[in-house]
Amino acid sequence: MERFVRLQALAAPLLRPNVDTDVIIPAREITSPTRAGYGEKLFSSWRYLTPDRRPNPDFVLNRPPFERAQILLAGDNFGCGSSREMAVWALRQFGFRCVIAPSFGAIFQANCHRNGVLPVVLPAAVVEALGAEAGAGTLELDVDLEACTVGASGGRVFGFEIGATERAMLLAGLDEIGLTLARRDAIAAFQARDRDARPWIWSL
Amino acid sequence: MRPRSIIEKIWDAHLVAELGDGQALLHVDRVFLHELTGPQALAALAAAGRAVAQPALVFGVIDHIVATGPGLSGSAREQAGAAFIRSFRDLARRAGVRLFDLDDPRQGIVHVVAPEQGIALPGCTLVCPDSHTCTVGGIGALAWGIGSTECEHAVATQTLARRRPGTMRVEFRGRPAAGVTAKDMILALIGRYGAAGGASRAIEFCGEAVAGLGVEARLTLCNMAVEFGAWTGLVAPDDTTIEWLAGRPFAPRAAHWEAAVAHWRALATDDGARWDAQLDLDCAALAPQVTWGTSPAHVVGIDGVVPDPAAAPDATARAGIERALAYMDLRPAQPLAGLPIEAAFIGSCANSRLPDLRAAAALLRGRRVAPGVKALVVPGSTALKRAAEAEGLHRVFAAAGFEWRESGCSLCFHSGGDSFGAARRVITSTNRNFEGRQGPGVRSHLASPLTVAASAVAGRIADPRALAPR
Ligand code: SF4
Repeated sequence: MERFVRLQALAAPLLRPNVDTDVIIPAREITSPTRAGYGEKLFSSWRYLTPDRRPNPDFVLNRPPFERAQILLAGDNFGCGSSREMAVWALRQFGFRCVIAPSFGAIFQANCHRNGVLPVVLPAAVVEALGAEAGAGTLELDVDLEACTVGASGGRVFGFEIGATERAMLLAGLDEIGLTLARRDAIAAFQARDRDARPWIWSL
Repeated sequence: MRPRSIIEKIWDAHLVAELGDGQALLHVDRVFLHELTGPQALAALAAAGRAVAQPALVFGVIDHIVATGPGLSGSAREQAGAAFIRSFRDLARRAGVRLFDLDDPRQGIVHVVAPEQGIALPGCTLVCPDSHTCTVGGIGALAWGIGSTECEHAVATQTLARRRPGTMRVEFRGRPAAGVTAKDMILALIGRYGAAGGASRAIEFCGEAVAGLGVEARLTLCNMAVEFGAWTGLVAPDDTTIEWLAGRPFAPRAAHWEAAVAHWRALATDDGARWDAQLDLDCAALAPQVTWGTSPAHVVGIDGVVPDPAAAPDATARAGIERALAYMDLRPAQPLAGLPIEAAFIGSCANSRLPDLRAAAALLRGRRVAPGVKALVVPGSTALKRAAEAEGLHRVFAAAGFEWRESGCSLCFHSGGDSFGAARRVITSTNRNFEGRQGPGVRSHLASPLTVAASAVAGRIADPRALAPR
């Protein structure tokens, strides 16, 4: 997995609450059973006008300089709804490496951790203030996963919390499956005990 | 031993290893895959040169993008969909995973099939790359939705790493009146505490109103735990659960059955168990619920009115309501009852099981869908479709003017192609009313199957309590 250590980049504001994964990547845009090709489909219902798929000039990511933003400032409960990991793939393939919000949909947040995208939880008032500033297209943030801080101009520093495991996974770009497979003895021991304790689970 | 909740008991019974930092490696008893999000997980696994660790514990269904028009022909709802079906079949075969394909009577919506076949069991852990996996909590399983990468982990190792969840107990007090269903209970809960009210916790739903529900209704209740922002939800197994499971195709038999039942009975939460949060809701005075906006929390009783953004507590909430009203083409203080609808949909893993179909049919018997309303009913599985047909329900629906479809997710979500046509305002028994969920510009009003049936007949959002079943 791609590592995340530190990122200094432009932030784009999208502060609506409850932005769900159907909005991040609508089901009708999922047209191939692979992991590629989602970047240009990100937020397509808002980003493009029907019927000819012209870019909607009012949508924030269509306005320069936000096409090069790598940090998204988002509203409460961002990424709620469907478990589709394409939502994270779309954000990443567009160019985002970090989403900052007051809270996240749980599955979306877990998916971020597994794709080199850092979900940062900051208090709603902070996200709102940064979001208002970001509208001008000049807000650069310094997201430091080692220090667990978000830095902004004027020496402002906001600390955030993240689970130690998720942090380690992102910092090192670890392959979680490989780590777990290294515990195959513990898994086998559990299963051997469980076949006795709950035989009905195994007699399918 | 310290008193434990059902959630802690299931957690402890699946603990393979503590990983530190509050994380645990948990055994996963069952994995379900479907053709929309399953192929990516299986393909990545194969690309990494890894195998499915326990193929006997992994199941696949085709439900999401298959066309549900008459005759499960295997065509997809949209052109690109066929590639998903082909790819999933191929990958599942190579991985040695059991697939309930389109010609299999066990085919159906993944969360309907898992309990119906007796594959999901009380006290088991079950995952699926689909957010409504929590549905299966209705049987007393700890079941949750995951992404594709976690799914790859689950099939490669038969485990998942998880941080121990916060726990919550939600008590539904009192008895709901006739015409008020599990769907109304869960919508009311979300309306009262918000779409993030579940705070990523694991919830036990309990109380007099839950004890009185059949298993299918408990599945409906747990289905929307994710819409409540919970990690998952469940209902402890009781006599109702055990009777319901007995004799199901994959349910334990003979001596295994006796042992399993004893294990399930011991799962009940101990007196004095600790909860991180406790909520309650009185169901005795509950009216049927209908959503007015674009979040399941945007909900009121059917006799209620659309809220006024001016009364919102803060600017963000106000902007959210204004946006929802604009999308839904509604005005503040407008009554919901009487609002003309153009389509009615009964289906989805929220509400497509036999008791749902029976209740809707009882209301529709001898009545007709209002002129101009496109009405569809989509049974949740092939098995229950056949059971419904054996009771003649399909004829009741057809006589009323409902199109009787094959099982699948169908128009619960729009994947391109198949749509409500020109219809914009839809009353629907599904679980998500997000912008564009059922098609670009479609305005979805979530409700129970009874409210959908009553509204289809009236051509307007209508209170099912006013129509006596026949
Ligand atoms: S019926 Fe709808 S909510 Fe349920 S699994 Fe299918 S698409 Fe998802």
